[in-house]
Amino acid sequence: FDVNLMLNCGNLAQVQHVVLILSGKGGVGKSTLTTELALALRHSGKKVGILDVDLCGPSIPRMLSVGKPEVHQCDLGWVPVYTDAQKSLALMSIGFLLEDPDEAVVWRGPKKTALIGQFVSDVAWGELDVLLVDTPPGTSDEHLAVLENLKKQHKVDGAILITTPQAVSTGDVRREITFCKKTGLRILGIVENMSGFVCPHCSECSNIFSKGGGEELAKLTGSVYLGSVPLDPLLTTSIEEGKDFIQTFPDSATFSAINSIAQTLLTSIQNP
Amino acid sequence: MADIPSDAPQHCPGTASEQAGKTSACQGCPNQNLCSSGATKAPDPAIEEIAEKMLTVKHKILVLSGKGGVGKSTFSAHLAHALASDATKEVALLDVDICGPSIPRIMGLEGEQVHQSGSGWSPVYVEDNLAVMSIGFLLSSPDDAVIWRGPKKNGMIKQFLRDVDWGELDYLIVDTPPGTSDEHLSIVQYLSSARIDGAVIITTPQEVSLQDVRKEIRFCQKVQLPIIGVVENMSGFVCPKCKNTSQIFPPTTGGAERMCEEMNLTLLGRVPLDPRIGKSCDEGKSFLTEVPDSPAAAAYHSIVQSIQAYCLSHVPREESAG
Repeated sequence: FDVNLMLNCGNLAQVQHVVLILSGKGGVGKSTLTTELALALRHSGKKVGILDVDLCGPSIPRMLSVGKPEVHQCDLGWVPVYTDAQKSLALMSIGFLLEDPDEAVVWRGPKKTALIGQFVSDVAWGELDVLLVDTPPGTSDEHLAVLENLKKQHKVDGAILITTPQAVSTGDVRREITFCKKTGLRILGIVENMSGFVCPHCSECSNIFSKGGGEELAKLTGSVYLGSVPLDPLLTTSIEEGKDFIQTFPDSATFSAINSIAQTLLTSIQNP
Repeated sequence: MADIPSDAPQHCPGTASEQAGKTSACQGCPNQNLCSSGATKAPDPAIEEIAEKMLTVKHKILVLSGKGGVGKSTFSAHLAHALASDATKEVALLDVDICGPSIPRIMGLEGEQVHQSGSGWSPVYVEDNLAVMSIGFLLSSPDDAVIWRGPKKNGMIKQFLRDVDWGELDYLIVDTPPGTSDEHLSIVQYLSSARIDGAVIITTPQEVSLQDVRKEIRFCQKVQLPIIGVVENMSGFVCPKCKNTSQIFPPTTGGAERMCEEMNLTLLGRVPLDPRIGKSCDEGKSFLTEVPDSPAAAAYHSIVQSIQAYCLSHVPREESAG
């Protein structure tokens, strides 16, 4: 009986909370919001990790401007990539394992499942307050794999669901909510992204992707509505360039919205 | 391809996959020896059956992206509407996004069901000359989730191609989910003995999209799928009040135009962001009929014309000589 083995069992042993970012619908801003929530949590003093299990379209490395670092192994497994010297934000993505950034990962389900299993158990995260798991759209291999493997090692605090306001989006997110209920995954809340666009020239608000769907969806499914984030070209440009939006635009309405969601999330996972 | 027997163990890789009989999931399965001997890797007879079925389909177009949420389904639906506006043409739209089937809503067909007859499944008709098939029609509730692993999704796609009574078609448009995975491999493999005219690739202007789209383009090249061209969607937004243009999804690395130059592809056109497009989709109406005079509608029409021209000019010698 080895006490050290027991205390240190599993690379998620020192991760306090694990939250999945799901949608069902593609292109609603899962990766963007995972990145922004991570930055907001770090801004408020937390140690954060991001696990990017979107094998076909890994967006997080670019959003955090980490380029193409080499990934090393240590005794406990893979060392995550840190975005800064203080190691306040750690990241693992298949993006780091590809020789050529334009190379397509054309894998069928079983191979994706196997790699995700490794990502969950073989990354030496160390001490983290929150691990955010970014996922691809859908309810398939990746989602089942990440959930099954996380459950083996650690309790999963729950999932945040991202939608845009329009019905075509909420229609898919309803199915994702069913996925959560069927797999026993606690829904921490719904975030409505791309919620209106304020013209920088004249301040007129246009509802480019319709209006109100997020809140309606929350009501319909009995879920918590965490809030909405507007369409902001400053944010999309910042993400493109891998900059820290929160440092560059701390006074923006967008940051305020993101920060409010981050704080509500933190309260909800710290007091389940 | 992968076929999963109904009594297969969990994580069965599929009897026709390279891993058949060799994975840890295969341990203890009564078919393990059969699978690992290679006997199950004979070509899937469905491929020939599908090729036979596709003889009555003149043109097949795949709509792909790699990136989610760029407007594949929106574009597929409007391409179908535009092609079907010629009453002499028979058009069909096949939605192989198994987890997130948007096409029924966008085509105004929510709640419709599919019927079986002696000649197979009947698709759902929007117009006399416009048929649609989607897993959405097989789900009884809008909350039903299709939580399937790859092999089961592949089986569904095979059925869609082989068992739907499409009849004689001028155009079959296939809308796909984002990514480069089971659905994409399956559609290409099952149609490998039928001729696919090519793929239309949809992107939005920003690098976060192009990054994924380049992978999709590589996928097409790898499986020798011709690329008809690229559509840049959500290309700028004109404020209805002050008429200034904002680049909400900024082309920080030159947008689709530069990517097309670099990869030697045709830029079919750019469609601007227009809130009325999303509204039409939500209401199941064709934006082309609802707002025919908009810049976005004009962009769509021009792109559709280019796609038609491509299909008509790229007919193989044996067909055009006949």
